[in-house]
Amino acid sequence: MTSIISVANLSKTYGSGFKALNGINLEIKRGEIFALLGPNGAGKTTLISIICGIANLSEGRVTVDGHDINRDYRAARAMIGLVPQELHTDAFESVWATVSFSRGLFGKPKNPAHIEKVLKDLSLWDKKDSKIVTLSGGMKRRVMIAKALSHEPQILFLDEPTAGVDVELRKGMWEVVRALQASGVTIILTTHYIEEAEEMADRIGVINKGEIILIEDKAGLMQKLGKKELKLHLQSKIDAIPDSLAAYNLELSDDGRTVTYDYDTRGERTGITSLLSDLRAAGIRISDLDTSQSSLEDIFVSLVRAS
Amino acid sequence: MNFRAVRAIYLFEMARTWRTLLQSIVSPVVSTSLYFVVFGAAIGSRIAEVGGVSYGTFIVPGLVMLSVLTQSIANASFGIYFPKFVGTIYELLSAPVSYFEIVLGYVGAAATKSIILGLIILATAALFVPLHIMHPWWMLTFLVLTAVTFSLFGFIIGIWADGFEKLQMIPMLIVTPLTFLGGSFYSIDMLPPSWRTVSLFNPVVYLISGFRWSFHEIADVSVGLSFGMTLGFLAVCMVAVWWIFKTGYRLKN
Repeated sequence: MTSIISVANLSKTYGSGFKALNGINLEIKRGEIFALLGPNGAGKTTLISIICGIANLSEGRVTVDGHDINRDYRAARAMIGLVPQELHTDAFESVWATVSFSRGLFGKPKNPAHIEKVLKDLSLWDKKDSKIVTLSGGMKRRVMIAKALSHEPQILFLDEPTAGVDVELRKGMWEVVRALQASGVTIILTTHYIEEAEEMADRIGVINKGEIILIEDKAGLMQKLGKKELKLHLQSKIDAIPDSLAAYNLELSDDGRTVTYDYDTRGERTGITSLLSDLRAAGIRISDLDTSQSSLEDIFVSLVRAS
Repeated sequence: MNFRAVRAIYLFEMARTWRTLLQSIVSPVVSTSLYFVVFGAAIGSRIAEVGGVSYGTFIVPGLVMLSVLTQSIANASFGIYFPKFVGTIYELLSAPVSYFEIVLGYVGAAATKSIILGLIILATAALFVPLHIMHPWWMLTFLVLTAVTFSLFGFIIGIWADGFEKLQMIPMLIVTPLTFLGGSFYSIDMLPPSWRTVSLFNPVVYLISGFRWSFHEIADVSVGLSFGMTLGFLAVCMVAVWWIFKTGYRLKN
C-alpha cells in the first residue's frame, strides 16, 4: 500500500515556546484506519491541526497524496474531511443548511442526493430542518461528521469521535466508519479509548510528549496481547528451578516463593497441565496461583511511562 | 479561484442577515427616522439653510453615511468574530479557500448589507424631506466604496478582537465620535478656523463631504480629495488584511 499522508520531521513550537511536536515522522497508508493514541496534551490534536491547515508548522514537511500542505494547499485540503474534538456548530442554522454550506466551502457543486445519503447514513435525515441548537450532543457530533463527509473526502480525520457518546451511538459510528473504509476512504482517528483502537484500527500509533513512540500493526500488538502469565505461589521456598522443569522457561522470584510461566492462550496447548504434573513430580507444592494478561492498555501505559 | 466557496460564505452571511432582519435592517431605519424627527423637524426648523438647502435635506447624506459606517463595521466584525468565538472557524481554515476568497465572501456580504441599508435609509429620508441627487453615479460610487472600506475595517476589528468588549470598543470609542465630528450634522465651515483645521485630520470628513457633494454639490473639501482619501483608506485596510492572513495573526497559532 502506498502512503496517502506523509509527515517528515515535523516540529511545532508555539509562540509561548512550548514544543508541542518534536520531529514527527509518520506515513498513513491509503485506505487504512489508523488510530493515534496518546495521553492528554501529547500532541494528537496539534498534529491533526497542522495536517488540516488550522495551525502552522514550525519545521518539517507534510504532503497529502503528494501535495504539499502549504504550497499546494487547495489540492491537499480538498481531499480531507475533519471532525474536530470540540462540538463547534452554527447554533441557528438548520442541519441541511450547515451541511450544504460545507460542501460549497470545499468547492464542490451542489449535490442534494449526496447530502441526503450522508444524513440518512448518520440517522439525521428526520432532523434535516431542525436548528442545530435543538439537537442533543450526540446528534451534534453526527452533524459535524456529516459536514466533514459532505464534500466526499478521501481522507477523514476523527479527533476523539466518540468522546461523550453513549455506547449504542459509539457502535453506530463504528459501523459508519467501517462503511467509509470499505468505500475507499482513509481514516485517522485519535482516541482515549484503547478498546476503540482495538476494535477499529488496522494500525496503531502512540504519541507522547510530542513524539511518536510506537507504530505497529494491530495484529502485531494483538500478538503481544495474546500472551498470558501464570504465577504459582509455592508452599515452601526453593533455591533453584529443578532441571526437570528447564523446558518451561520458568522464572523464580528473588524470595524463592513464586515461579512465573509465560504462555500463549491461542496456542494449541498451553502446557499448563503438564507443568502442573511435572511440578508435582518434582515435589513442589503450590499454595495459590493467578493468571494475568498484558492488555493494550498495559503496553500503552508502560510505553508512555518509559518515554 | 474557488467561486463556490465565495458563494457559500456570501450566502451564509446573507442568510444570517435575513434571519436577524429586525436587528439588521429595522433598528437602523428606526433610529435614523428618530434623527430626522429630532434634527430635521424639531431643531432643523429653527436652523437657517446650509449652502442653499434646508437643514433637513442637508443632513441626509451624513445620516446615511453614519449608518453605513457603523453597520459595515458591525456586520463585518461580527461576521468573522462569531466563528472565532464559537469555534466554527476551524472549517474555514481547513477548507481549500484562499484568504482573498474568505475576505471576498465576508466583506462582500457585509458591504452588500450596508449598501441595502443605506438605500433603505435614503428612501426613508425621502418620506421626511425633499431629496435631490445631482450625481447619482457618484453617490453610488461613494456608497459602495465606503461600505467596502469599512466592512474591511470591521473584518480587521473582528479578527483582532478577543472578546465582545473589544468588538464594541473601536466602533463606540473611535468611529462614532469621528462620524459625529465628521460633519454628519453640520458643515465644517460652520466651525471656528482652529477646529476646522483639526477636523481635516478626521478621515470621515472626506467621506461625508464627497457623499454630500454627490447630492447637493456642497462640499467641505474638493470631491477629488474626498475620492482620493476614500481610496487611500481602502488601500490601508487591504494591506492590513493581507498582513493578517500572511502571518496568521489571531487566526492560526
